[in-house]
Amino acid sequence: MSFFEGNKMTAGYGNGPDIINSCTIKVDRGEIVAILGPNGAGKSTAMKAMLGLLNLKSGSVVIDGQEISKLSPQDRVKKGISFVPQTKNVFAELTVRENLEVGAFLREDDVNKVIEEIYNLFPILKEKSSQVVGQLSGGQRQQVALGRALMIKPSILMLDEPTAGVSPIVMDELFQHIIKVKETNVGIIMVEQNAKQALSISNRGYVLVTGENKFEGSGDELLNDPEVRRSFLGG
Amino acid sequence: MELLNALILLLNYTIVPAITYGSQLALGAIFVTLIYGVLRFANFATGDMMSFGTMFAVLLTYYFQSIGIGLGILPTALLTIPFAIIAMILYMLFIDNFVFKYYRVKKSAPVQLAMVSVGVMFVTQAIIRIIIGPFDRRFLDGEKFILKASEFKEMTGLNEGLTIKSTQAITVVVTIILVSILFWFLNKTKTGTSMRAYSDNEDLALLSGIDPKRVVMITWIIAGFLATVGGVLYGLDKSYKPFVYFNNMLPIFAAAIVGGIGNPFGAFLGGYVIAFAEIFVTYAYKKFFTYLLPESLEPDSLVQLLSTDYKFAVSFSILVIVLLFRPSGIFEGKKI
Repeated sequence: MSFFEGNKMTAGYGNGPDIINSCTIKVDRGEIVAILGPNGAGKSTAMKAMLGLLNLKSGSVVIDGQEISKLSPQDRVKKGISFVPQTKNVFAELTVRENLEVGAFLREDDVNKVIEEIYNLFPILKEKSSQVVGQLSGGQRQQVALGRALMIKPSILMLDEPTAGVSPIVMDELFQHIIKVKETNVGIIMVEQNAKQALSISNRGYVLVTGENKFEGSGDELLNDPEVRRSFLGG
Repeated sequence: MELLNALILLLNYTIVPAITYGSQLALGAIFVTLIYGVLRFANFATGDMMSFGTMFAVLLTYYFQSIGIGLGILPTALLTIPFAIIAMILYMLFIDNFVFKYYRVKKSAPVQLAMVSVGVMFVTQAIIRIIIGPFDRRFLDGEKFILKASEFKEMTGLNEGLTIKSTQAITVVVTIILVSILFWFLNKTKTGTSMRAYSDNEDLALLSGIDPKRVVMITWIIAGFLATVGGVLYGLDKSYKPFVYFNNMLPIFAAAIVGGIGNPFGAFLGGYVIAFAEIFVTYAYKKFFTYLLPESLEPDSLVQLLSTDYKFAVSFSILVIVLLFRPSGIFEGKKI
């Protein structure tokens, strides 16, 4: 039994066909899990199903032993599940600090302490705290997005392609940040296109094909599995 | 001395009225921009909602006068504003709940909501006509002038007098107070920040736990304040005539667009841009030049660029020019 589980999830958009079929994703606190697979495999859909952005036809989502399949995304956020979408994941017209404050909207206690922690994690944000996020670089924006999601002190962080559209150097930097987040005892699920790099920092990985679990294993196992290499990692 | 006379003339007939009129437009423009920024549609009922709020102030003023409640030298209407605001907010929330909400939940296109607001506009106009009628009403009482032209002439010995009406002073003071509180609220409070966040990125705001219903409600409450206060100030300064509020929608929308629609501070400044442009272009400068130029050069005509009948053409022209050359508005700044 893992801390956060999506068990045998089947779901699709509206009345359309099922995008994911009996798909299972599990993550524990302090662990990074990568969801990989070709385009259209249902990677993002699996994540959105776990967040409640689309309804399950069957299967369940469980956090810390508690069934949350029927909860709205907002209520799941209150359970400590935070999500960073792939696009439009920051408030571009607000300052860095305001982004963090909005991230902590549900918190009743003193926000300043949490903001200090985020600043320690991402020092650049402290430097740019009063700058409007729309004026920041892509890599800095992603840090704002991560910081905003961390403001509720989540136990689970879900990242939809965190390194999409950033340069390789910035990608490495972002992965370092993601490792730092993991070390604060947060469970991380991420969908990634950069499969090799993602697996190199992941504890485990799932490879989805047409909405079903095809392979799973530790990062090293998947990286060294000849079939996975041939089909998904480009030899 | 001639120069001073010319300046006082200009101050009296253009600058003071423009600041007053600009303040009234600014409140309406912030109302437009706020609804556009948060609820994402152009509210064509703006003018008539302002008229609706003012109607309550007018009726209550008459009632207060009849039972002998007043503010002495200040207009009784100031006392009625809080009640009028409450009535206005209730009406707005009622309309939102029964009309706009349906289209918002359906995620209708903004243009559809704009058309719906045209319907709301007609209904509001009809209600106003049923309750108070279409006639011109004055509801200003108390001291009319802070500074009379004759007093000013006596004080300074100039030919030209400077008049400051109490409504002009009240307009400016009330606008400054209201707008300062509004900007403090939007920029410094948690609720204000959540409104801006919702306006900026609705999906992410929902994921951050911001309650959209609450944001919508607060937006209408603020709108109620702006509409009523703006409407009452305009009515006190000129007079209350329901149809005029509908006409004012053009300069109000022009102000909101000049300021970059969705940008409250831009809308605030936009109000003054439009007001100054309108008054400077329609003022007859004959006397002004008579003071400044030697007798041989004195103009025969009125030296008026446009007749005041065409004052709406000014806001319309500015609107077109801004949309052609700076569609995002002439002021830099944060959107709501």
